[in-house]
Amino acid sequence: MAAGAAPDRFDFVRASKDAALAAIIAAGLSFPILALRAEPDIDNRLTLQGRWSWLFIAALIVFVGRFLLAIFDIRPRRKPATDEALPASAYRAARLIGPAGLALLFVFPLAVFAALGPQGSLKWIDNYGIQILIYVMLGWGLNIVVGLAGLLDLGYVAFYAVGAYSYALLSTTFGLSFWICLPLAGILAAFWGILLGFPVLRLRGDYLAIVTMAFGEIIRIVLVNWSVVTNGDAGISGIPRASFFGLPFTAGPNGFAATFGLKFSPIHRVIFLYYLILCLALLTNFVTVRLRRLPIGRAWEALREDEIACRSLGLDTVKLKLAAFALGAMFGGFAGAFFAVRQGFVSPSSFTFIESATILAIVVLGGRGSQLGVALAAAVIIGGSEILRELDFLKQIFGEDFDPTQYRMLIVGIAMVMMMNWRPRGLVATRAPTIALGERHAIAGALVKEVHG
Amino acid sequence: MDVFLQQLINGIALGSIYGLIAIGYTMVFGIIGMINFAHGDVFMLSAFIALILFLALTQFLGMTSLPLVFVLVLVAAMALTSLWNFVIERVAYRRLRGSFRLAPLISALGMSIFLANFVYVVQGPRNKAVPPIFSEVIHITAGPGGYNVTLSYKQILIVVVTAVLLAAFWYVVQKTPLGRAQRACEQDAKMAALLGVNVDRTIALTFVIGAALAAVAGVLYMLYYGVVNAADGFVPGVKAFTAAVLGGIGSLPGAVLGGLLIGLIETFWSAYFSADYKDVAAFSILAITLIFVPSGLLGRPDVEKV
Repeated sequence: MAAGAAPDRFDFVRASKDAALAAIIAAGLSFPILALRAEPDIDNRLTLQGRWSWLFIAALIVFVGRFLLAIFDIRPRRKPATDEALPASAYRAARLIGPAGLALLFVFPLAVFAALGPQGSLKWIDNYGIQILIYVMLGWGLNIVVGLAGLLDLGYVAFYAVGAYSYALLSTTFGLSFWICLPLAGILAAFWGILLGFPVLRLRGDYLAIVTMAFGEIIRIVLVNWSVVTNGDAGISGIPRASFFGLPFTAGPNGFAATFGLKFSPIHRVIFLYYLILCLALLTNFVTVRLRRLPIGRAWEALREDEIACRSLGLDTVKLKLAAFALGAMFGGFAGAFFAVRQGFVSPSSFTFIESATILAIVVLGGRGSQLGVALAAAVIIGGSEILRELDFLKQIFGEDFDPTQYRMLIVGIAMVMMMNWRPRGLVATRAPTIALGERHAIAGALVKEVHG
Repeated sequence: MDVFLQQLINGIALGSIYGLIAIGYTMVFGIIGMINFAHGDVFMLSAFIALILFLALTQFLGMTSLPLVFVLVLVAAMALTSLWNFVIERVAYRRLRGSFRLAPLISALGMSIFLANFVYVVQGPRNKAVPPIFSEVIHITAGPGGYNVTLSYKQILIVVVTAVLLAAFWYVVQKTPLGRAQRACEQDAKMAALLGVNVDRTIALTFVIGAALAAVAGVLYMLYYGVVNAADGFVPGVKAFTAAVLGGIGSLPGAVLGGLLIGLIETFWSAYFSADYKDVAAFSILAITLIFVPSGLLGRPDVEKV
């Protein structure tokens, strides 16, 4: 750990020594677990296989990483907390990113469709567009709870599951359409948000996190075991697909394509789903941005900064926390209903703790409270893992059993640790003040005080 | 009655393992007020280290004396896991002392995800079944047609090792300068620093001791179940945390008591109610304890100061 004042110029020898030491420590630590792999042989007895190259690669990665850190000297700089505002150009640029990104999102499926045709564009719109937008929406929903109200919720996926199962059960049992189920799924999820939120309100930040995680797991275990209703591990299949306001996306004469005089193609439904989730995500964003300007939004931000001060100023923290939980849960429920209608199939394996952790990672890495940051982080994490899926050439380098997707969560975990250490405010660490006197300035997130344990 | 006796034996063996992990949670929480989310995965990592050392000793070096192998594996796994946790504390938590309140928890969550996936990637997703060792059993009651109550050597070993290590640990915390420094930091870190206690070093040693006990739990877990998997850190970790909370977080006897209680509740719940919902029982106890008796059975109430 390099400590002390930053040297005036880059000290190559010191950095190399430091990096070499880190690499040796890493190699020593991971020696047994990395260099020897226990694999069952034909008799199902475990045998050890040496894999010394892995050890070497790991040490090399640590060396290079440590060395690069020394070059860029990324360490928490103790800036004097003056009221320095970011240059006005930065703020203007930030204001342009939103509309530009929005325009891009609206044009994206049509552009891809025009460029690659119905076959080639399916993957891009479905795997990248829709998948990322679902997580953007989940991230924005969780951002209300974590970013605005400052309540760390590790069981957010429970509400996603409630939404998905609500739509799945209501549509397969009672034949209700998606547009009726969507608000119902949101209401049910919000109800569960209140139900789960109510007992945990008295808890401090980290206890709250653990209890929400426990609730998330309980809901998943109930979904697995309550087979009469949820069909257990097998899940619910045959969920009605989305229709265009009553027009099904089928090849028949009453279908969407025939009505509008188009040639039938499955891409129509995918594009429709894309715009649907885009609208849902934008609704989440719109509500969040508006709420921030209402008294309740300001109260949430105050609650995040200092709960005791909030209470002493007469704010009803119970109501505030419940509202944040319910609202966050509602958007989670919407996203869940969308997930169910997109997949046509739900099972408990989609709602594990690792999903909650991924959504939380999106919020944390993007910058808690920053809408743009969350969207960017979702694009990077989810889009990145989709790209990893396609890096087939790596197989030629590292051998056939190399699967890049396995490394996704590994990288996410490292990123979370590094982010907390070096940029605890996340990627987009600027915040525009919600209310300001005169001209608004975007200020560096480091200047926004937050309660210290 | 026989079923009851059998479940009592199983529950105590399981509870000993939970108690050992719970001490790591409760000590770290006591000293820096942070839930070390990665502790369960450190435990899982130690089980893997133990597995590989065991295979290396028996296959590469051809050692046949099982008790000797067991002791060597135990010591080596404790040493290596301690070193791991020492580095983890340096890398992931030390800088965050002055940061906002949820920063260490998020960092620990990231570390937990990293460790679980690291082991998953390097050792593969499949369950690793260990050849059975110490599998002889003692028959306590063996009536014809009756229920056969057995006490296995493994269970005796687990309880004995746990008891011996807890006694050693108790001695360290109560009688040595290190333990005194640790208790001082727990009460008031700032004051301890003023009086010349090296707080950073004490915190690092707390992580090291916690990891050593988790490594013992990892070795015993591998021995008891005979199977380890990269995903095994999460649920035992949460249960051990539940044990720490139930006993009163920050209290060492509380962690052991909580561990035993959670082990017993889990085995009795599986035997008499439903094995499918045994995790729900543990998670519910966690929620109920935190909501209604946040100071646990043996803990001191936590007063929030402005």
